Amino acid sequence: MLAQLSSTTWEAPPVDYHALAPGIVLVGVIVVMILVDLFAPRGAKGALSSLAGIGLLGAAIPVITLAIDGTPRVLFGGAYVVDQFTLVLTGLFLLTGYIVVLMSTNVIAEGDYWEGEYYILVLSSVLGMMVMASTRDLIGIFVALELLSIPAYMLATWRKRDLKGNEAGLKYYLMGVFASAIMLYGMSLIYGFTGTTVLTEIGAKVGGDLGDSKAMVTLAIVFVLVGFGFKVSAVPFHTWAPDTYEGAPTPITAFLSTASKAAGFVALLELIFVGFYGRHDVFEPLMWALAAATMTVGNLIALRQTNVVRMLAYSGIAQAGYILAPFAVAGSSASVGVGALKAIVTYLVIYVIMNLGAFAVVIAVARKTRSAEITSFGGLFQYAPGLAVCMGIFLASLAGIPPMGGWFAKFVIFGSLVAPGTIQGYALAVLVGVNSVIAAFYYLRVVREMFMEDAPDGDLAPIRVPASISIALVLTVTITLIYGVLPGVVAHFTDSVNLVTLGR
Amino acid sequence: MKSFLDSWGLTLATFLPVVGVAIMLVIPKAEEQLHKVVALVTSLAVGVMGVLLFTNFAYTASPRYPQGSGDFQFVIDKAWITFINSHYHLALDGISLPLLALTMLVVPLCIIYSWNHFPEPHNPKAFLILVLILETGMIGTFLAEDLILFFVFFELVLFPMYFLIGIWGGEQRQYASIKFFLYTLFGSALMIVSFLALYFLAPVSIDGQVVHTFDMQLLSVGARTLSTTAGILIFGGMFMGFGIKVPIFPFHTWLPDAHTQAPTVGSVILAAVLLKLGTYGFVRIAVPILPVAARTWAPYIGALAVIGIIYGALCCLAQTDMKRLIAFSSVAHMGYVMLGIASLTTFGINAAVFGMVAHGLITGMLFFLAGSVKERYHTLEIKRLGGMLTSMPHLGWILGITTMASLGLPGLAGFWGEFPAILSAWQANVANVGLFRGYMVVAAIGTVLAAGYLLWLYQRAAFGTPPEEFANDSHLHDVTVLEWVAWLPMLVGIVVLGFFPNLIFKVTDPAVITHVISHVVPVGD
Repeated sequence: MLAQLSSTTWEAPPVDYHALAPGIVLVGVIVVMILVDLFAPRGAKGALSSLAGIGLLGAAIPVITLAIDGTPRVLFGGAYVVDQFTLVLTGLFLLTGYIVVLMSTNVIAEGDYWEGEYYILVLSSVLGMMVMASTRDLIGIFVALELLSIPAYMLATWRKRDLKGNEAGLKYYLMGVFASAIMLYGMSLIYGFTGTTVLTEIGAKVGGDLGDSKAMVTLAIVFVLVGFGFKVSAVPFHTWAPDTYEGAPTPITAFLSTASKAAGFVALLELIFVGFYGRHDVFEPLMWALAAATMTVGNLIALRQTNVVRMLAYSGIAQAGYILAPFAVAGSSASVGVGALKAIVTYLVIYVIMNLGAFAVVIAVARKTRSAEITSFGGLFQYAPGLAVCMGIFLASLAGIPPMGGWFAKFVIFGSLVAPGTIQGYALAVLVGVNSVIAAFYYLRVVREMFMEDAPDGDLAPIRVPASISIALVLTVTITLIYGVLPGVVAHFTDSVNLVTLGR
Repeated sequence: MKSFLDSWGLTLATFLPVVGVAIMLVIPKAEEQLHKVVALVTSLAVGVMGVLLFTNFAYTASPRYPQGSGDFQFVIDKAWITFINSHYHLALDGISLPLLALTMLVVPLCIIYSWNHFPEPHNPKAFLILVLILETGMIGTFLAEDLILFFVFFELVLFPMYFLIGIWGGEQRQYASIKFFLYTLFGSALMIVSFLALYFLAPVSIDGQVVHTFDMQLLSVGARTLSTTAGILIFGGMFMGFGIKVPIFPFHTWLPDAHTQAPTVGSVILAAVLLKLGTYGFVRIAVPILPVAARTWAPYIGALAVIGIIYGALCCLAQTDMKRLIAFSSVAHMGYVMLGIASLTTFGINAAVFGMVAHGLITGMLFFLAGSVKERYHTLEIKRLGGMLTSMPHLGWILGITTMASLGLPGLAGFWGEFPAILSAWQANVANVGLFRGYMVVAAIGTVLAAGYLLWLYQRAAFGTPPEEFANDSHLHDVTVLEWVAWLPMLVGIVVLGFFPNLIFKVTDPAVITHVISHVVPVGD
C-alpha cells in the first residue's frame, strides 16, 4: 500500500492566493504577534492589543477587494469556497474580533492577565471562524471548529485563580469535546456511506435514494447536527453556557456568545443547506423541536436571572432558538430555503452586533460597580446617561422593537416561517411571537433598573469610559440603528448570500 | 409650494420632531428653558407644516383629485427595503387628515401645559425628547401606506410611552408601564405575523406581473384571492394587534393602570392619540384589505364593543379615583367607535372617525383637568373633592363643559361620535341585522349610564361647598394662563365640532366611501 501511495505523483492543486488572502494576513499577524510577545519587555505588551486590532482590520482589506471582485471562487475541488456568503460572514467575524479586542484592552491590561497570549488566542479563534465560513468539507469544518474552540477553552478559563473561571473553562472544554466526539462519529458514518467529505458530493448522495442505509444516514445527520447544537447552545445542550459565560472574562463571554455561536450557525448552514438539504424529512422536525425548546426554555430561565451576564447568556440561548427556527421550514421548497438562509444570516449579523454592544456596556459599568448584578445598574441613567441610552438601544433591539435593528432580524425570521404557509411554520411563528413578549419582560427589567430606580448606595460618581470601549459602543450603536432604520442598505449585503447547491 | 409639499410635505411633518430631538440631544441637560423652547418650536413647526398641508389639501373634487378628500394626496412612494418590496409610502387622505390634525394639535398643547410643572423626577430634556419621538411615531402611523412602515411607526410609540409612564408616573408606575408594554407587544407580534401572511398569501398582479407587496392600497385589491379561512385567521391576528391598542374588552386591563399611573401629559397623549392607532388600524388596514373576514368578525367585534360600553360604564360608576374613572370611560367610548366600525357602513365608519377625534379632544381635555385637579388638591379621590365651582369657578365650568361633551350632549363634539355610531347599527351591513339592532339598544343604554357616571362625577367634584381640609389651601388657585393657552384650543375644538360636525364628516366621507366601503360588498351580493 505504501508503495502504491508513493508511486502516484502528487500534483499541487492550483491555489488562488487572493481568495486565501484574509486568512494568510491573519496568520501573518499572529506570527508577528508571537514574535513581538517574545521579545517585548514586560511593560510594553499593551501594544499587542493595538497590533491585534490593526491586524484584524488588515485582514478585512482582502475581504473588501474580494467583495468588489465579486466572482465566487471554488478551491480544492469544492472543499473551500469564497463567495458572498463567505465574505459576509468573514467580514462579520473580523468585525466581531475587532470589537472584542477593543472591549478587552482595558480589562486585560488592568486585570494583569497575560496580554500577549490573550490576543494571539483571540485571533487564532477568529481564524478558525474564517475557515469555517469558507470550508465546504467535513474535515474542513472539523478543523475549523477545533481551531476556533481550543483557544476559546483557554480564554474561558483566563482568570485562572478564580474558582468560577476554572469552572467556566472546564465545563466548556468537557462539553465541547463531548460534542466534537458525537459530531465526529456522525461525520464518520456519513463518510462511510458517501465515500467523500466534500459537502456538495455528500448532498448529492444523501439526497438521493438511500436504500437500506436510511437509518444510518438519519442517525449520522442527527449526530452531526446535535454536535453543533452544543456549539450554538441549543436546549437541551445548553447547560454549559451560563456557567461558562459567568466565569469567563466578560469580553470573552461576549466573544463566545456572539462570534463563537455564529460560527456554529455557519457550520449548521453549510451542513444543512449544502450537505443534508435533501433530507429535510430528518432535519426539519429535529430543528423544529430544538428551536421551540431553545427559545422557550432560554426565555423562561432568563426571567429568573439576577445577574446581567447570566441573563444575557440565557437570552442568547433564546435568540439561538429564533435563529434555529427557519431551519425547521427550510426544506419546503428551494425559494423558501433561500429565504431561510438569508433570514438566518441577517439575524446572525444583527444579533452579533447588538449583543456585543450590550456586553460592552456591561464591561463599562462593571468598571465602576465591580458587579454584574442587575441591581448594580440602578440609576445608571442619572450618572451615565450615555451608557444607559446605549444599553436601552441594545436591549430594545434584542427585544425586537423598531426602530432598532433587532426588529428587522425578527421580522425576517417571521417572514421565513410564514413563507411556506404550513402549519408548522405558523405555529413556530406564533411561538416566536409569544417568546418575544416573554423576552421583553426581562430586557425591560434592566431598562427599568437603569432608568427608573435610584443608584444603590446613592453613588452618583460618573463612569469614565475608556476610549476603546467608546469606539466599540459607537460602532455597535450605529450599526444597530442603521439596520433598524434603513434595513435595505444593510440587507444589500445579506441579500445576495446563497449556498449555491440547493438541489434535491 | 404645492410641488414642495407634494414631494416633502409628509416627510417633513413626520420627521421634524426627530430633528428637534437631535438638536435637544446636543444641548446640555441644565439648559432647561432652552429645551422647552426647542421642543415647543419643533412641535409648532410640525403644526405649521400641518396647516400648510391642510390648506393645500384638495377637499373637493378637482381635475387632479377626482374624489377630493377620497384621494390620496401628497403621496411619497420610494423603495425602502427592496428585497421584501417594502416602500417608504406616505399619503394623506380624508381618514388620516382629522387624526393627523388632532395629533399636531395635542402635542404642542401638552408641551405648553407641562411648561412649568414637569412631574418628578423633573428632567425636561428627557421628557420632551420622548414626547417628540412619540409625535413622530403617531404621525407616521397615520400616514403610512405600507404595512411594514406602519408597523415600525406603530411600535415606535411604545418605548417613549413606556418611559413616560415608568419614570414620571405615579406610585404603581413600574407595574403599569410594563403591563402596557407587554400587552401591546404581544398584540403587535401577532399583527406582524398577519402582515407577513398577507404578503405571502395575497400576491398582487401589477401590469401582468405577480408580486408580493406590503402596500395597503394594492393589498386592498389583491387580497380578494385569499381563501376565506386564511382571511379570517389573518384578521384575527390584526384584531389582536389593533384590538389591544384600542382597547377592546377583554384586552382593556392595561388601560386603567396605564392611564392612572401616567403623568398628565402621558395620559393626554395616550387617550387623545395612541388609542386611535388601534381603531385607525381597523379602518385603514383590517377592514379594507379583509372585508370578507371583517364581515365574519363583525358580530363578535360588535358584541365586544357593546360589552365594553356597558362594562366600562359600570366600572366608572364604581371608581373612587377621578383619573381611573376617566380611564374606564375611555373603554366605554372606544366601544362606540368599534361599534361604528363593526357596522361596516359608510355612516358607521364616518361616525367612528369622528368619534376618534371627539374622544381625543374630550378625554384628552378630561385628563388635563384631572392633572390640574391633582396638582391643586394633591388627590384625585372624588369624595375629597367638591365645591370646585365656588373655589375655582373657571376650572369648574371647564370641567362641566367637558363632562357634558363626554356624555354626548348635542351641540358638543361627543354627540357626533356616539349618536351616529349607535344609529349605524340599525342598518348594519352584516348578515345578521337583528343582532346589531340588539347591540344598538345596549349601546343606547350605555349612553344613559355615561350620563350617570359623568354627572355624578361632576356633582361630587364641583357642586356643594369646598371641603374643610382645603378651605384655606393656597394651592387652590383658578385656571392659570398656561392652562388657558393649553386648553382653549381643545375647548374651542369641542364646541366648534359640536356645532359644525360637517367640518369632519365632509372630509372623511369621500375617503370612507372610496377606501373602505367600496371594498365591502353589500349584504346579499
